[in-house]
Amino acid sequence: MSLMTLPTRDGYGHALVELGATNPDVIVLDADLAKSTRSDWFQAKYPDRFFDIGISEQDMIGTAAGLALGGKIPFATTYAVFVAGRAWDQVRTTVCYSNLNVKIAGAHGGFSAGGDGATHQALEDVAVMRVLPNMTVILPCDAIEAKKATIAAAKMEGPCYLRFAREATPVFTDEGDVFEIGKAIVMQPGTDVTIIAAGPLVYEALLAHDKLAQEGISARVINMHTVKPLDEVAVLAAAKETGAIVTVDEAQLAGGLGGAVAEFLVSHHPVPVEMVGIKDTFLECGLPEELATKYQLVAKDFVAAAKKVIARKAK
Amino acid sequence: MESVERLKGICQDVRADIVRMTNAANSGHPGGSLSAVEAMVALYGNVMNHRPADPNWPERDRFFLSKGHACPVTYAVMARTGYFPVEELVTLRKLGTRLQGHPSCKALPGIEVSSGSLGQGLSVANGFALSAKLNRKPYRAYCLLGDGELQEGQIWEAMMTAAHYKLDNVCAIVDYNGLQIDGDVEKVMGIAPLADKWRSFNWHVIECDGHDIAQMLAAYEEAKQTKDKPSVILMKTVKGKGVSFMENVAGWHGKPCNKDEMKQALDEIYGKGNGQ
Repeated sequence: MSLMTLPTRDGYGHALVELGATNPDVIVLDADLAKSTRSDWFQAKYPDRFFDIGISEQDMIGTAAGLALGGKIPFATTYAVFVAGRAWDQVRTTVCYSNLNVKIAGAHGGFSAGGDGATHQALEDVAVMRVLPNMTVILPCDAIEAKKATIAAAKMEGPCYLRFAREATPVFTDEGDVFEIGKAIVMQPGTDVTIIAAGPLVYEALLAHDKLAQEGISARVINMHTVKPLDEVAVLAAAKETGAIVTVDEAQLAGGLGGAVAEFLVSHHPVPVEMVGIKDTFLECGLPEELATKYQLVAKDFVAAAKKVIARKAK
Repeated sequence: MESVERLKGICQDVRADIVRMTNAANSGHPGGSLSAVEAMVALYGNVMNHRPADPNWPERDRFFLSKGHACPVTYAVMARTGYFPVEELVTLRKLGTRLQGHPSCKALPGIEVSSGSLGQGLSVANGFALSAKLNRKPYRAYCLLGDGELQEGQIWEAMMTAAHYKLDNVCAIVDYNGLQIDGDVEKVMGIAPLADKWRSFNWHVIECDGHDIAQMLAAYEEAKQTKDKPSVILMKTVKGKGVSFMENVAGWHGKPCNKDEMKQALDEIYGKGNGQ
């Protein structure tokens, strides 16, 4: 079976257009990347509510903060690597410390901007956004979920970081699936091990589930679309019921989803955890699928991690 | 509307408050607070449309303190205009206070946005001004900047944005006292010629004496009357103004008076023998 593929940024663009029609307070800002981020879809329909701030991410975040103070719901949009890096202090001090209703969209998350090389690959954004008080962090797994997540972000109060991908990835969720911020989705039941993933890697986790099933291993797959606040109930249940966890991050191992899961488990229900992700290195240019293979972020790597973590379970 | 004489009297009280509260905290930033007293008293006394008893009144003009370390002057002016009791000022920087060492909007109603990391306030003022335009509301955004703070690149990004979107409801005020922590602004990292720079960024520039209440009131009025472009008031000031041993000494940027120094300071502010 071959699934349709779409970039999650398309889901963002569709959601903005829908929000534009239903909520006059939604404002979209971009930093000269409107075509890449899909914010230009909103701009085309609602030019009076779209502001290009130019190549100045810090000013864009501050401007969004001011709009929020004026009762607007601003979506500040640019590449994940720039907004999470260059504008981090603005996100911390002005947005999060003031707890303002600013939505931040990081496009080209992970290594989905593969050919652009390390400067444009966002591998630290989840970690640096996750440590900020008041911040919500969401990584939608496909274009359908990306649309729902964006609409949900507009409805919640407070700062929210959304990460999208550049590359077209499989669309494997349904319009009818319920999406709730902070509520993980069990994509496959399982009893031997749990794979916890976020973003388009959830699909790879499902492929790993199938491979493991062929070998008689029952793997639960959790779509942890909201990295913060972490769905601790789902993580605790997985630890208790399967006794072993694999986390997968399209990000540096330090501080990402795996870190969030491990931080929680170590003080609540320690079980063996294997973390799959980027091992403290900058990547290189290449197609995203080439990078995923070279840096060991495809289904077979999750399978290997699952077997390893099962072997570590207390006898 | 208060008379100029009455505002001058409030300036005395605010100066004394700044000296007392930083002394009580044994830390804080008196120098760049004292330089902005007249600007702040004029703004809160006669210029801004606001309701101290109802700090969240939606129709209010907004003040954004970009140079967050100057919060002693903001707190003192807020207290003197009725936002909270003057007695609370000495809680500055103490555990549990609403008067955080750099202002927190979550701690104290009337602070519009938290600040302290320099360079960020003008962008916020712009965003708020944009929302006012979108809402077709007449309220205005005021933003106090330090001169040393202008070394932050984000300020210049925000200057472009305000002019690009013709935000004539933005009024920036630069506390041009010429000193920063490491010494003379022109020696640390020169910003001159400042008026030319703002003009070339398509701002309406108003230059005045920042310690002359009447000039400040006129400057704010000129800014209000200026259409289709943002205005900046470059007010020439003296760091530590009103306390002789603090004036034009960079070392008083972030150092409080001790008890003896405070006595002398209060004598100078109110006149000898009237300082208590």
